[in-house]
Amino acid sequence: MPLVATDRMQTLPLPIKVVPAEKVEPSRLKTEEMVLNVGPQHPSTHGVLRLEVVLDGELVIDVVPHLGYLHRCFEKHCEAMTYPQVIPYVDRMDYLASMNSEHGYAMAVERLMGIEVPEKVEYIRVLFAELQRIASHLVAVGTFGLDVGAFTPFLYCFRDREDILEMFEKTCGARLLYNYIWVGGLSHDLHPDVLGMCREFVKKNRATHKEVNELLTFNKIFCERTGNVGILKPEVAINYGASGPMLRGSGVKWDLRRNDPYSIYDRFEFEIPVGEGMMGTVGDCFDRHWVRMREWEQSLNIIEQILEQFPQNDKTDVQKAIPKRIKPATGEIYSRCETARGELGFHIVSKDDIKPWRVKVRSPAFTNLAMLPIISRGYLMADMIIILGSIDIVLGEVDR
Amino acid sequence: MTNKEVYDHLKARFGSAIGDWNEQTGSDYAKRMSSYADITDAGAVHNICMHLRDEPTLEFDYLNNLSAMDNGDKTLSVVYHFESMKLGHHFAMRVTVPADQAVVPSVTDIWAMANWHEREGYDMIGITFSNHPDHRRILLGDDWVGHPLRKDFKVPEFYRGMKVPY
Amino acid sequence: MFDGLRDLFISLIGKGALTDVVTIVIYCALPLVVILLYALFAILAEMKLSAWVQDRLGPMRTGPYGILQPIADILKLLQKEDLTPVQADRKIYNLAPFMVFIGSYLGFAVLPFSSEYIGARLNVGIFYLIAVSGLVVVGILMAGWGSNNKYSLMGSMRSVAQIVSYEIPTGLAILAVVMIAGTMDLQTMSKLQEGGIQNWFLFGGPKNIAGFGGNYAWLLTPFMFIAFIIYIVASLAETNRVPFDIPEAESELVAGYHTEYSAMKFALFFLAEYANMLVVSAIASIVFLGGWNSPFGSFLGGPILGVVWFLAKAIFFVIVQIWIRWTLPRVRIDQLMNICWKVMIPFGMATVLAIGTIVTWLAH
Repeated sequence: MPLVATDRMQTLPLPIKVVPAEKVEPSRLKTEEMVLNVGPQHPSTHGVLRLEVVLDGELVIDVVPHLGYLHRCFEKHCEAMTYPQVIPYVDRMDYLASMNSEHGYAMAVERLMGIEVPEKVEYIRVLFAELQRIASHLVAVGTFGLDVGAFTPFLYCFRDREDILEMFEKTCGARLLYNYIWVGGLSHDLHPDVLGMCREFVKKNRATHKEVNELLTFNKIFCERTGNVGILKPEVAINYGASGPMLRGSGVKWDLRRNDPYSIYDRFEFEIPVGEGMMGTVGDCFDRHWVRMREWEQSLNIIEQILEQFPQNDKTDVQKAIPKRIKPATGEIYSRCETARGELGFHIVSKDDIKPWRVKVRSPAFTNLAMLPIISRGYLMADMIIILGSIDIVLGEVDR
Repeated sequence: MTNKEVYDHLKARFGSAIGDWNEQTGSDYAKRMSSYADITDAGAVHNICMHLRDEPTLEFDYLNNLSAMDNGDKTLSVVYHFESMKLGHHFAMRVTVPADQAVVPSVTDIWAMANWHEREGYDMIGITFSNHPDHRRILLGDDWVGHPLRKDFKVPEFYRGMKVPY
Repeated sequence: MFDGLRDLFISLIGKGALTDVVTIVIYCALPLVVILLYALFAILAEMKLSAWVQDRLGPMRTGPYGILQPIADILKLLQKEDLTPVQADRKIYNLAPFMVFIGSYLGFAVLPFSSEYIGARLNVGIFYLIAVSGLVVVGILMAGWGSNNKYSLMGSMRSVAQIVSYEIPTGLAILAVVMIAGTMDLQTMSKLQEGGIQNWFLFGGPKNIAGFGGNYAWLLTPFMFIAFIIYIVASLAETNRVPFDIPEAESELVAGYHTEYSAMKFALFFLAEYANMLVVSAIASIVFLGGWNSPFGSFLGGPILGVVWFLAKAIFFVIVQIWIRWTLPRVRIDQLMNICWKVMIPFGMATVLAIGTIVTWLAH
């Protein structure tokens, strides 16, 4: 309805239109909610994620994630590949923790076929899985810092990640997508230099851990920003199938390396850090970050124990247990392992063929991301970005 | 409880809705984690799941995985893997429905985790989950035709009039 | 200095209206030269300092040790396409960067670069400075509104709320000094602080001038430190620097109010940001640290070295701002407002009260 001045006012030589007060209906003064599209090109969606955020001013009313911008038909590909051929595709799911994903997949097929892996291979696998976990947490912590606005810890983290990638490069020739852990074995034996590099790395990395804690974790502004933000209650986390630091951040002591021990994790002493609500409530963003920081430390402990126990004189061929023909009998398996992001499960259905009939990935990032709407409602836009960062998604794994 | 005992318990409770027990033999792990019960009556899934979660001796509070799959014989399946974090036991079950009438009750109200996984199952396989709160495609675009993980899926030659290059 | 310059031109091109115009233009353009040279330096400093903080080398390829990088950047910005979004409000959109830059440039008019050079010696100098910095807000709001982009709008709204709030603690901190100095003229303020470091307002003001409390002025020092800290923190917020850079928080708002700007218009925002940093740093150095005065009294003093001292002090604060930027995370908007209204303004009020009491006591 157009607002018009009264007749009397129109006769006056006024340069502006005067609106009488009684003509403005109260309903016209209402504010509207604003829909803001965050992503797919946005600095802090950690990839190509699109979030449809409904805002009231700066207050988040609702978030609707739209996925699929990085969908590469992993599951469809698997059905056309033989079992070993799938491994390079597994790498490309969680490109920040490829070793963990490979480990999970190789283990699934081994469990499907009942293959026992030599001890030395297990040691190398666990060593690399833990190194990769540190590498992945380094990126997670660094990019979380970026979301909060701290630029510098990010580069400190990347500096140390470089050392890990160098070790991987030395062993298998690739820095990100390795195709290293094969069904029943490994593609290469451990490079003789790697153990020495590893020892140096652990020493150096502990210093970085302390540095990042000082610069980021216990920074007053950081604590204020992340404490009491994005609180995820433990029962909600379990109901939503949260896993990894997301679940542990909520105070649930649950780690598949302990609760469903695989490989040789039962030989190592390590703690399972859980969120304690140090800077606010249990299950807030600070807790998730703090769990990652402490897990990073625990992984260093595990690596130290591996370095002590490593069977260096064992001259077993790492490819000894690889079957000539990988053709599992009819059956299916749900096998899971703890990656840096949580429970990575592979549900493989075999129909007595060299190709899997169906591979379904229970991706931790995908499952954790589903919680974003419920934990970011009612916070500010700036908090929503932090909450998204604390979930630590990798879009390659979300979209597969 | 072992998963076989859970199966026996369900069989006693739900009778004919529970079908055969499929034991996996690949390894101990497979036997423990992936042996599954066939559910013959798809309509009973919601009740069975409710029972699995709420029965004090079972208490499956965590849904590990929900996969939809095409069996290749004009039937589709949904496989559920459960875990009880409190009691530490596992269970798996599989419900099979005909492809032309693929409707399975949603369990999103029991485990919120199922929400996105059911959407993925609908998107990829084309199973309709009844009573799902947000039944949309999730990974593919809204205008996509067909369900690509079906075994009889043909890659379309044209997408909105554009030739698909391959 | 103006007369000296005029005499120089009279001797060169003779007396006349042209001479006056040329003199005025050159006299006014001097700060612009300073800004441009300083901007080149500040861009490089930002790159290199951030690199050192972050364990990197920074730009190394353009020129020896990468020192030509700012020039390369400016050339790049000059070549870029000047985009205007179709949906933008063209007039407002195109005018905004100039408003922002003019706002910061106007501030240079009253800055005493040395005892001999000041653009315009206003008797309300510091008051004028606070007033014209409000013009920057108008420019930012125009940029946010004119771009017709939600991120820009949110950024500019945040910016306005922030700058308007933080002008209060800034004003209070400066008021504390104005009470001691008894003047708002920046040149007079600088002159009062002559004679060495102990006479700077940070340490209670002049001890050697009659009517200023003499050695009792040391009593003011703790309160002046509080005022100084309040000023430094508030100036970070006024220039939208970390930890108060929420108007252009790249992780939330992409680039805030200048998201839609490209090429030279973006460069103007960039330049204005750095110019603004220099203005607030210059105020800090004039109001608290003696401006163009040498810390050693007349040793190393004088009009020429005065410029060096003045710029050195100002640039020191610019470097502190850069250093803080690469160290701290960013606060949230409600925390930002809390810091302003619940911490800095009460402290500022208390400081003003305390200093007022002491000054009154000293005057009697």
